[in-house]
Amino acid sequence: MKKKQVIAVLAAAAFGTTFLGAGSAFADEPFRTLDEIKESGTINIGVFSDKSPFGYVDENGEYQGYDVYLAERLGKDLGVEINYVSTEAASRIEYLQTGKVDIILANFTVTEERAEEVDFALPYMNVALGVVSPDDAVVESLDDLGEDDQVIVISGTTAETYLVKNYPEIRLQKYDAYAEAKTALENGNAAAWANDNTEVIAFAIENEGFTVGIPSLGSADTIAPAVTKGNETLLDWLNEEIVALGEEQFFHADYEATLLDTYGADYEDTLVVEGGAVGAAAETETE
Amino acid sequence: MTNLGLDVLFKGSNFLRLLGGLWVAVRISLVSVAISIALGIPAGILMTSKKKGIRVIFRIYLEIVRIMPQMVLLFIVYFGTTRVFGWDLSAEASAIIVFVFWGCAEMGDLVRGALISIPKIQYESAAALGMDQMTSFRYVILPQTIRRLIPLSINLITRMIKTTSLVMMIGIVEVLKVGQQIIEANRKASPNAAFGVFAVVLLMYFLICWPVSRLAVYLEKRWA
Repeated sequence: MKKKQVIAVLAAAAFGTTFLGAGSAFADEPFRTLDEIKESGTINIGVFSDKSPFGYVDENGEYQGYDVYLAERLGKDLGVEINYVSTEAASRIEYLQTGKVDIILANFTVTEERAEEVDFALPYMNVALGVVSPDDAVVESLDDLGEDDQVIVISGTTAETYLVKNYPEIRLQKYDAYAEAKTALENGNAAAWANDNTEVIAFAIENEGFTVGIPSLGSADTIAPAVTKGNETLLDWLNEEIVALGEEQFFHADYEATLLDTYGADYEDTLVVEGGAVGAAAETETE
Repeated sequence: MTNLGLDVLFKGSNFLRLLGGLWVAVRISLVSVAISIALGIPAGILMTSKKKGIRVIFRIYLEIVRIMPQMVLLFIVYFGTTRVFGWDLSAEASAIIVFVFWGCAEMGDLVRGALISIPKIQYESAAALGMDQMTSFRYVILPQTIRRLIPLSINLITRMIKTTSLVMMIGIVEVLKVGQQIIEANRKASPNAAFGVFAVVLLMYFLICWPVSRLAVYLEKRWA
């Protein structure tokens, strides 16, 4: 009830204040179709502005990163200017549902729950769990772990949930912060550390003496662009565009331009999804 | 110096971007404060109304403002009005509406407190001098109220400036967000940048808020 009261009071307040330019006609749909975007000459794309190397702002105030590289190309192929909107993880769905952005390109992992709220286009990146361990005792399979071996996880991550569910016999060492987990592994407190594979890969590259023995574990999720639910013209265009970009190996070029420094060349094929086709499974499906 | 990661501030236009972010925060709070004061004074007068109904309405309004986190209000105004009414308010307009909604209630309560703190004898003396209600209010009560009010409302201003850091949730890039962007963009090259950048952001907030709160102390001493 309180929410309604607040909305009512605010409605009155906003109504009286003309300077706000309120009251733009409510279109029957909250989103803009492909033609409307082209006509307006500007597309609103929601990206992260502080998640290097996927979406961030460089020292000249320009948006950069793996997601932004794709956004730039989409803008070019549509022939429109791009208006970047700095989004937070928690507000990505709201932005689409209210039509305040046309596309979200913010490292958006495809999940069933989210797919009920927004429409995902074809994926352009893989995410999975990964396990990093010291060079002298590389853990290449979780079955190799001895009885006394412990695995480090950060509380509340998908890695923790996955291990508790699928490997209940493995003893976990739980930490709250990234920095604590990192120190624990460096001090040899545990046999390995499980986390998002992008995180453990970056860790192994930045820290001498560690190897990612298991680069991809658990349910393989994907990252994809998202549009407002029901915005079929834009969704169809995006899907065609992603397939077409696959023919010129666009996402590999994207990886080499933006992610190579962080993840190295070895993981290019693990992380990149080209032309919307996820690994062998997707290929057999299309056949 | 490099250990603190201060060098990242001087890469490219980073420092100017921080200042730009600071201006966004200050602009939103200044506009909000000005409107809050303009609306808060009549609101405060109504809060002292003899009619119980009016007092109850304002009491509920004040309680809602105090209970609701500003973050929730920002989401309701920015996204909620689009969902419910189809309005496309800009992020900055939404931020100002929320800050005014909050500031007007707090300001009203301060005005109410200042008004009832004026001794009854002031009203009675004015009446004894033959002033009618409006004249006594205009020349006797209001000047004294405003003196008591200024130090209190300045505290509200500094609180507003600090709360602007929440507007990043609706996509406004203000000083703290710029700070986070700079830290993230340099995560590999200068991992310690967080300390230096946040220290500078802290200093910026301080440089804005400190003179304002000194002014409050000065006025309080002078007019108390």
